[in-house]
Amino acid sequence: MSIGEYIRDSQIWKSVFRHPAPHDRRNRIVVVLTNFFLHLHPVSIKKQGIALSYTWCMGGITFFLFLVEAITGVLLMFYYRPTLEWAYNDILALRDVTTLGIMREIHRWGAHSMVITVWLHMYRVFLTGSYKPPREFNWVVGVLLLVLTLLLSFTGYLLPWDQLAIWAITVGSNMARATPFLGHEGPGAQILNLGGYDLITNASDARFILLGGRFVGEATLNRFYILHCVAIPLVVSLLIAIHFWRVRKDGGISGPL
Amino acid sequence: MNPHPDLTAQVIRGLGWLYLLLCAMNIVWTFRLSKQKASVSSLAGWAFYCTGLALVGLVHITKFADPQSSWWFVMPQAIKTQIDGLANPVIFFAISTLLFIAMIVLREWWTKPTVSWILLNASILFLALSMTDYDFRQIVGKPDNVPIVAMLFIVAFFTWLYFSRSVENDRRIAAGLPTLEKEADEKVLVWPDLVYSEMICMIALTAILVIWGVVLPAPLEEPASSVKTPNPSKAPWYFLGLQEMLVYYDPWMAGVVLPSVILVGLMALPYIDFNKEGNGYYTFNQRKFSVITFLFGFIPLWIGLIILGTFLRGPNWNFFGIYEYWDVHKLEVLNNVNLSEYYWIRSLNQPLPTAAADASGLEKVLAILKREWVGLAATAAYLLVLPPLMAATIFQKFFVKMGFVRYMVLANLVLFMAALPIKMVLRWAFNLKYIVAIPEWFFNI
Repeated sequence: MSIGEYIRDSQIWKSVFRHPAPHDRRNRIVVVLTNFFLHLHPVSIKKQGIALSYTWCMGGITFFLFLVEAITGVLLMFYYRPTLEWAYNDILALRDVTTLGIMREIHRWGAHSMVITVWLHMYRVFLTGSYKPPREFNWVVGVLLLVLTLLLSFTGYLLPWDQLAIWAITVGSNMARATPFLGHEGPGAQILNLGGYDLITNASDARFILLGGRFVGEATLNRFYILHCVAIPLVVSLLIAIHFWRVRKDGGISGPL
Repeated sequence: MNPHPDLTAQVIRGLGWLYLLLCAMNIVWTFRLSKQKASVSSLAGWAFYCTGLALVGLVHITKFADPQSSWWFVMPQAIKTQIDGLANPVIFFAISTLLFIAMIVLREWWTKPTVSWILLNASILFLALSMTDYDFRQIVGKPDNVPIVAMLFIVAFFTWLYFSRSVENDRRIAAGLPTLEKEADEKVLVWPDLVYSEMICMIALTAILVIWGVVLPAPLEEPASSVKTPNPSKAPWYFLGLQEMLVYYDPWMAGVVLPSVILVGLMALPYIDFNKEGNGYYTFNQRKFSVITFLFGFIPLWIGLIILGTFLRGPNWNFFGIYEYWDVHKLEVLNNVNLSEYYWIRSLNQPLPTAAADASGLEKVLAILKREWVGLAATAAYLLVLPPLMAATIFQKFFVKMGFVRYMVLANLVLFMAALPIKMVLRWAFNLKYIVAIPEWFFNI
C-alpha cells in the first residue's frame, strides 16, 4: 500500500472528503455537491456559460482579487498603525526593511486591478444583456458592489499618509461640502436654520461626518481605517454572498434561451 | 549632462525587449496566417515586418550604452509638435467623438482580424516611440498610472471582442442561423471543465500580481503635510472623470448630483430597458439604442475623461499635450461669462438687477430670480418641456411601449447624460460659465 493510498484510506481523510477522488462521472458530480467551496457552482453547466470569450472571467477575477485584498490586508494590519505618529513610518518600513513588505505592493496593485475588473465585469454583463429579466435585481446588487469597491479603494488611499494620500482624499471629499442641503457650501443648506442658527455648518455637514473633522486629520485616518478594514468589507461580504446566491437562483449564468 | 534626457540606457534596453515581444507576437500571427493559407505576398510582408522588429529590438539591446549618439528610433520632433499643438479639450472631444462614431459605423471593418491586428501593432509602436520622450514617460510611468495604461489596452481588447462577436452573431441572426452562444449549449461537468480553468486563472493572477509588485514599487511620496498643496492636486484616478467635470460644473453638480444620477441610472437600467432581445448573447443590431447609449457613457465620457484627467491635466488643471513639459507658469486666459451677464449686460445694455441694500428678504429673492430668469427658464424647459416633446417625436415608440414612469426616468437620464457634452460645447463656443448663477445660494448650473 503506497503512502498516498494509506492517507486516503485513513479515517481522518475520509472524515474530510466523504467520497473517492473525482476521477469518474459520479464522483465528479458528488465533489461539487459535498464541498463547501465548490458548491457555489452548479454540478453541470452549458459550455457557452464557461467560455472565456463569453464571460471574460471578470466576475470570478474580481472575487479572487477581493480575497487577495483580504489576505494581504490582514497581513498589513498586523504591521500598520493608523496614527499620525506611525502611519507613514510603517509604510516606509514596509517599503525599505520589512520582510514581505511586497504585501503592500500586491495590495495596492490588486486594488487598482479590482476597480478595473469590476468595471469590465459590468461591461460584459451589459453587453450580453444579462441584466435583463430575471436578473434585474442582481444587477442592482452589482451596482451597490461597484460603489462599495470604489469606497474601499478610496478609504484605503488615505492610509499611507503621504502627500498623494492626503491630497487625493482632500480633493475627493471637498465635493461633500457641496452636497445639496447637507453640505455647508451646498444649495439649500441656508434654508436649514432654526431661529437664525445654522444647522449645517462646516462643523456639522456631510464632509465633517465623512472626515471626522474640518480637514483631513488624525480623526479621518482612524475613520477611514475602520471603514476600510472592517465596516465596508463586512457589507461587501454580505452583498457578495447575496450576489452569488442570486446568480444561482436566477437561473445560473446567462445564455440564449 | 541633460537632467531630463529623452533617452537613457535603461529606456533603450526596455524598449528593445518590447520590440522583441512585439516581434514574437507577430511571428505567432504570421504562422497562424500561413496555416490559414494566406497569400504568399502577405506572408512575405509580415515576415519582413517581423525581421525588421527583431533587428530593431536587437540593436536596442546591444547598443543601449550609447544613448547620446544619433538614435533613429525616437518619435520625430515634428510629430511631437504636431500632436502637442492639437492639445486642447475641444480637439480631444472632437477626436474621441469621431472615433466613437467610427467604432460603431465601421464595426464590420475594424473587427476583421487583420485590421484589428494592424491597429494593435500601430498603437504599441506609437506607445514605444512615445516612451522615448522624457515628459511622456514622466506621466505614463507614474506607478499609479501604469494600471490606467493597461486598462486602455484591456478595454480596447474587450470592446473589440464584443464587436467582433456581435458582428458574427448579427450575421448569423440575419441568415436565420443559431448564435455562437446557442451553438455551444451542450452541458459539461463543472469538475473538471470549470474548476480547472478557475485554478489556472488564480495561479496566473497570483503570478502577475507578484511580478508586478516586484517590478513596480507602490508609490510613496513625502509625508502628508496640510500646508504644502501639490499642484496639480488630483483625486484617485478612478474619480478623475468626476474631477474633470468640475471644469464645467460646480461641485454640487459634478461631485454629488451627476455621480448620483450615474448610479441611479445604472440601477434603473434593467427596469427601463424593455427590449426582450439580446439576453444572454452578444448582439448589436437587436439593441442598438441601449448599446450606443451605454457605450457613449462608458467610453468617451467615463474612460475618456479619466484619460484626460490623468494624462492631459497638469498644474492648475491646465491642459497639456502628451509630450509637453508640465509648466506651472503656463497661462490660460479664463474669461468665462454667465448667461445672465450675456442677457442683461450684453444684450439689453443694462446692469444686472440687484435689490436695494435695505430691501426685505423677499425682495432680494425676487431680484435674484429676475436676474437669472433666462437661465432658470432654459433649465426648466430642458427638464420639463423636452421629455414630452421627445415623447411626441423621436421617442414616440419608446413612450408607447414603456409607459409614463419608465419613459420619464429614461428621458431624464438621457438629458442628464447629454447635459455634460452640452455644457462643454457651450463653454468652448461662448465661454459660457453658468447657465444659472446664484452664488448667494451656492446654486450654479
